[in-house]
Amino acid sequence: MEQATGFDNERPEIIRVTGLKKRYRRGRIGAGTLQATIKEWKERRKDPERAKDVHRKKNESFYALDGIDLSVRRGETVGIIGKNGAGKSTLLKILSRITAPTEGVVDLYGRVTSMLEVGTGFHGDMTGRENIYLNGAILGMTKAEIDEKMDDIIRFSELEEFIDTPIKRYSSGMYVKLGFSVAYHLDSEIIIMDEVLAVGDIQFQRKCLSCLAEAARDGKRTVLYVSHNMSTVRQLCNRCIVLDKGKIVFDGDTDKAIEVYLGISSDMPAQITYGPEHRPDDAIIRAVKRISIDSLSFADRTEPVFRNTEEAVINLTCTAEMELKNVGFRFEVWYQDNTKIATALSSGFLDFSPGTETVTIRMPLAHLESGRYRVDIIAFLFDGSPNDFRIDSVYPGFYFQIEPVIDPEHYLKWDHRHWGAIRLDDLHLEMSFEERERLSEKSDSLPIG
Amino acid sequence: MKSVTEYGGSYHVQLTPLEKGFHLRLKELWQYRDLVRLMTGKTFAVTYQQTFLGPLWIILNPVVSSLIYMFLFGYVAQVGTAGIPRILFYFVSSAAWGVFSASMIANANTFVANAHLFGKVYFPRLVVPVSNMLVSIIKFGIQLIIIAGLMVAYVLSGEIHPLWVYYPLLPILIVQLAVLGMSFGILIASVTVKYRDLLSVVAVGINLWMYATPVVYPISEMPNGVIRTIIMINPVTEIMEVLRLIMLGEGEVNPAFCALSAGVTVLLFVISAAVFNRVERTFADTV
Repeated sequence: MEQATGFDNERPEIIRVTGLKKRYRRGRIGAGTLQATIKEWKERRKDPERAKDVHRKKNESFYALDGIDLSVRRGETVGIIGKNGAGKSTLLKILSRITAPTEGVVDLYGRVTSMLEVGTGFHGDMTGRENIYLNGAILGMTKAEIDEKMDDIIRFSELEEFIDTPIKRYSSGMYVKLGFSVAYHLDSEIIIMDEVLAVGDIQFQRKCLSCLAEAARDGKRTVLYVSHNMSTVRQLCNRCIVLDKGKIVFDGDTDKAIEVYLGISSDMPAQITYGPEHRPDDAIIRAVKRISIDSLSFADRTEPVFRNTEEAVINLTCTAEMELKNVGFRFEVWYQDNTKIATALSSGFLDFSPGTETVTIRMPLAHLESGRYRVDIIAFLFDGSPNDFRIDSVYPGFYFQIEPVIDPEHYLKWDHRHWGAIRLDDLHLEMSFEERERLSEKSDSLPIG
Repeated sequence: MKSVTEYGGSYHVQLTPLEKGFHLRLKELWQYRDLVRLMTGKTFAVTYQQTFLGPLWIILNPVVSSLIYMFLFGYVAQVGTAGIPRILFYFVSSAAWGVFSASMIANANTFVANAHLFGKVYFPRLVVPVSNMLVSIIKFGIQLIIIAGLMVAYVLSGEIHPLWVYYPLLPILIVQLAVLGMSFGILIASVTVKYRDLLSVVAVGINLWMYATPVVYPISEMPNGVIRTIIMINPVTEIMEVLRLIMLGEGEVNPAFCALSAGVTVLLFVISAAVFNRVERTFADTV
């Protein structure tokens, strides 16, 4: 495990987690009927050995968190990432006091606002203003504190016009705005968020993230943020931990953490055989399925790692079920933070006769900056109309990685966080003499004062 | 959670696995008093929204049950009411019983009914039962308007002789009824987390309990014997009798059983709150 690096170690510790474990029982948990308990008790009296065995099987347990040690300092913004079931939500639930740990100790040196959900306790029949009171009180504010901040909350939520409307008439985006605004205005030192901004509009999401980041920089707020959206994690977090099977497998720099997470969640096979798991919307596809994309391999690599000056050469084995004319292929390309960035179409079409064929596809990689990409493959039939007539598709088709290029032309370090994943063709700069003349004349003729 | 300490503006909470012992955490509840008030208000607002008669139901409920009792126990069964005019006797008794039974029923399902809320945000869970309890007390306050009207008539005609000096004790009795009901309620709520079928038992049990309490009859009508002893042990019995003695001037009060009732109330409250707080810490894993 790597340690957090490069962060100001002067600031005091605000969260300390020591040897934290949480055990859950597998299978049918807890809630039963009196009858079931009595039956179990009777069985145990009749045949203690067998009953014990049954009991043990029923109570088989697992650790959702298996020994977490973590120390967070004031003002840090810590991302928590990991696959589903890695223990992220359990960790947040314990820190926000929804449930107790099985083992270990958590010390919190600040008040906690948890946003495991936005607008918890909102009631649709009450107005926005009434819900601010209720939600604020649920989150621990007193009436006087809410009164004092009411105007700020309403302004931040951008809902001035609708604040006295029952919130059952709100859109889901407005709901998020209201809920977040209340939570954001609490006087708490620690904010815990679980994917809550996903519903709001991008503009508002950006505003929230930058406000949080700013408050954290000043040391006023410490943020723990769980999300599957890597670009928001990158925007907000200056440190990131990766959880896997209830353990911290990485703790440190956000970009590195995301790499580690992606490494866990997707290895990059060089040979893939496609099955039903690659066709999640199988039902839709089957109706028009005329061809089957069976398997893929890379022509000249054992590992799909390229430079963007190269081409990826892909061998795709397909089985046609009938005579097919004008079959094209389309690659939809995703960046590692789960944003779709571009699509490539085949320049021509192929004809298939029933049987299995191997198609070689050359994919130029120019414009792609370093990082990991995912490609979904779609086969379609071109019948002369501009409609998209799919005949098979596989998700994900394959993964590949672009190595950073060291090139005099790349005079700046590529900043993925703000610039995206694609480098477009270079801009051409020119400035003609006449133009310059015209500009200076214009500035002379500007009225003064 | 072991300790909440505040020193010089710095704050410390320690979260630990379940520990043994009693934790009422009433101080924390006090810090959330505004939430209690808001939740109480919300319950009223939400209950009577989109109803035809609205809050009039608060008065209609005991009026209707009093009329039924007048017919069944007065006209048909001819059970005595210790000289108190029937309508007044039944109305006061059923309004007071309502404080107990509503506090209990509203809270018997606290965990399951609020699973969503409790699973998403922390606040002292006792806020919910306490606000439910306040709702039942406020409803009684509203019913007092009718009681006052009836009493004016009967006092002027000289048919009842209330013990006016003891009237300041009435709020204590009503709070005791509410606390007792809430304590039973949250005790049941703590068990229903595991055994849902207890809720059906509550629905039947509350009816039986009413007849084991002098609500539709005064204890003086009950002949000596085992049944009377059982009814006397029932902690609600003496509260009803004391309440009617003060309010209406008739009631059979036994100081020993009054003390028992008070003792049971305090003990039950402490135990149920501690059990409730304990269940609260891990219930999110079971519901």
